[in-house]
Amino acid sequence: MGKALGILIWLLVVGVVLLFLAHDIWGSAQTWWLPHAISEHGAAYDSEFKITLVVVAIAFILAQIALGYVVFSYGANKAGRAVYSHGNTRLEVTWTVITLAVFGTLGVMGQRVWAGLHFNEAPPGSISVEVTAQQFGWNFRYPGADGQFGRTDPKQVDDSTGNPVGIDEKDPAGKDDIVSTTLSVPVNRPVHLILRSKDVIHSFFVPNLRFKQDLVPGMAINVHFTPIETGRYEITCAELCGLGHYKMRSFLDVMSEEDYAKWLKDRAPAQ
Amino acid sequence: MAETADAIHHHEAPRGFIRKYIFSLDHKVIGIQYWLLALVAALVGMTLSVLMRLQLAYPNQEFGFLKWIFPNAAANGTISPELYLSLMTMHGTIMVFFVLTTAPQGGFGNYILPIQIGAADMAFPRLNMLSFWTTFLAFVVMVLAFFAETGVIGPIGGWTGYPPLSALGEIAGPGEGTAVMLWIISIALFCIGSLLGALNFITTMLNMRTRGMTLTRLPLTCWAWFTTAVLALLSFPVLLSAGILLLLEHLAGTSFFIPANSIVNGKLLTDRSGGSPILWQHLFWFFGHPEVYIAIVPGMGLTSQVLSTFARKPIFGYRVMIYAIFAIGLLGFFVWGHHMFISGMAPMTATVFSLVTLVIGVPSAIKTFNWLGTMWGARIRFTAAMLFAIGFVSLFVSGGITGLFLGQTSLDLHLHDTYFVAGHFHMIMGVAAIFGMFAGTYYWLPKMFGRMMNETLGKIHFWCTFIGVNCIFIPFHIMGIMGAPRRYSLHWNPVTGEGLQYLQTMGPLTKFASYAAFFTAAAQIIFFANLIYSMFKGPKASENPWEATTLEWVIPSPPPHDNFGGHEPTVYRGPYEYSVPGAPKDYCMQTDPEPSESPESEH
Repeated sequence: MGKALGILIWLLVVGVVLLFLAHDIWGSAQTWWLPHAISEHGAAYDSEFKITLVVVAIAFILAQIALGYVVFSYGANKAGRAVYSHGNTRLEVTWTVITLAVFGTLGVMGQRVWAGLHFNEAPPGSISVEVTAQQFGWNFRYPGADGQFGRTDPKQVDDSTGNPVGIDEKDPAGKDDIVSTTLSVPVNRPVHLILRSKDVIHSFFVPNLRFKQDLVPGMAINVHFTPIETGRYEITCAELCGLGHYKMRSFLDVMSEEDYAKWLKDRAPAQ
Repeated sequence: MAETADAIHHHEAPRGFIRKYIFSLDHKVIGIQYWLLALVAALVGMTLSVLMRLQLAYPNQEFGFLKWIFPNAAANGTISPELYLSLMTMHGTIMVFFVLTTAPQGGFGNYILPIQIGAADMAFPRLNMLSFWTTFLAFVVMVLAFFAETGVIGPIGGWTGYPPLSALGEIAGPGEGTAVMLWIISIALFCIGSLLGALNFITTMLNMRTRGMTLTRLPLTCWAWFTTAVLALLSFPVLLSAGILLLLEHLAGTSFFIPANSIVNGKLLTDRSGGSPILWQHLFWFFGHPEVYIAIVPGMGLTSQVLSTFARKPIFGYRVMIYAIFAIGLLGFFVWGHHMFISGMAPMTATVFSLVTLVIGVPSAIKTFNWLGTMWGARIRFTAAMLFAIGFVSLFVSGGITGLFLGQTSLDLHLHDTYFVAGHFHMIMGVAAIFGMFAGTYYWLPKMFGRMMNETLGKIHFWCTFIGVNCIFIPFHIMGIMGAPRRYSLHWNPVTGEGLQYLQTMGPLTKFASYAAFFTAAAQIIFFANLIYSMFKGPKASENPWEATTLEWVIPSPPPHDNFGGHEPTVYRGPYEYSVPGAPKDYCMQTDPEPSESPESEH
């Protein structure tokens, strides 16, 4: 029984390692991994992920192999009595210090990407977009040619008349605001999002960006990131928001400066 | 065996069925009541999860039997998104509260702790009865939520019930009205029951230890139950308060969690203002993080006990094990923010929580090393209980170690709220804790019912379950790395093209996890059949079938009403004296006097 269990635990290790390497080994499984990164911080994220993976893999493999080994080796059929020992202080101190050092280092390293994104404001020259989520859709508002968002008034919010975020018609700054259901941004320019929600908590998640942030009613959360590759990427909602949660999605369109300018122009209100 | 004639805490054995088995004051009956409640809840929770896995593997396909199970909610034989989310919410809530919090602490703790410390009962038997029946009432209210609304079978909100979704009422969608109110009431009742239980555990362990049972002679199970009780005492009141606030949102129209100018379903709410949705998250996770330790710490104690018994070795680093449990309990109160990195909390606050979170991995690693040390040089007897304890260690490693990813703020930018998180917590607080419960059942059932369980069936049950749970939850991590969000009733429907395009290739993983779930659920039939048969017809158990050392093994199986027959046992030794050189047998009971020592000499 012990030998079989020891072998099973070792096989488990082999199975897990194969599953985590499947995207490298088999062509048909190549998508079983992080999706292609398209943001400036994406490469740093992926390298932090890889470092953690290596540390975790070493710890996982050593611990499971050791467990398999003791189970394999120390069955009751072995001659004599078990070793009578209450422990070993030097060993305890050694493994405590080593794990503290390794985990502590990982913890500190794990702040780098986070700090780079969140400990400073959006750099000058960013594209500002206000995101207003609602059950179960996204509204992306651009300030228009004047670079200023118009005032909003919750009483004027009306999805049916095409004013889902409630732009106040009395404010001239709001006249040229553009509201879209998809997010279009130029490539290689920092994007500054102002995240809001009308009703319940939602979460803005773009796997290719390596970025996620909740949208909380009553709060305006400012975040920024820089997409560095053009293309169409899916935006999903990552916080349970009701029965339509699974289909609350949209697209991030990263385009060239020219295409972006054209996109804006096509949507500018005729005046 | 030296015993004093002083009867402590003596009460007469009750007569009549109701006083003996229903409104019993006996900690052993109450322990069995908790344990049975948890078994029923586990069956319900598992059934819900099988239905969820069915929908995920075969999105929106029609199954005739669903019409029969849910004549209203699945009238057309398919699982709708709202039905899926209510299955998910009820699965999580029932498993976390009525299984993981109920069986290890309320069940085994209640039954075994007083005996292991040499007491005749818990400190407050009436309080004990009250705490069980409050918990039972909580379960009844939770079951009522199944039937509260049509189209769903309970609330939609996950076990975390984040407002405003859970606070707005029917306007926010199905499952947000009566169902969510019953859900809150049930949890509030559960908090009260757990709080009463926690007071009882702490008092009992500190005050009612028998002669010679010094703190460092206590079995590690007792230290685990004690630490769990302290966590419960400090965390449940916070959830209770939060639950009352959330209930007032429904009943009194308050705005603790709803901000001004909310526009729900096209309607501007003019009567609500000033609330903060994040306030709930702080209150909830101040409870919720200790709660995951409430679920797993008793399993750690139990694993230590079972490993030492069947390894025939003293536990490696007994004192270090106690310090590690304390460290986990203490640090467990300072890491709740790691559930909220991307909630809108200040980024610097997230960094502080992240660093503490990585540190809490250290005592968990220490426990693993000590378990390995305990088995090093052992003579392992591979009973079913031992297999599950070894499985616990393996799952604890696999599930705990992914915390090193999730504890880092940076990596949460992608991994938060994906299947990676679902895989992590199912491995550690889900199945590892449940392996603890299985180990406890195989280990203590002979004591509780005086009958042995069938070992062969127990071993088959272990092999199927251990392979099964790894096949379910390891692939979850890959799905999470791909970016699959949690709480989705479908990720990609190949027939209709509905869902997320970037997850089109995830199908084989999803299906594999579902098949493994069906297999694992089916394997539990072996356990329940073995359990029910053995409880009534199993071979009679001796006093000490495992040749173990702690006090529950010096009394008959099952023990008499007052445990030690009105006598107080005297303890002379530590809890895990196996394979002592020169001793006649390979174990020395805690009540075996050392030739040269009197009980007081070690104080």
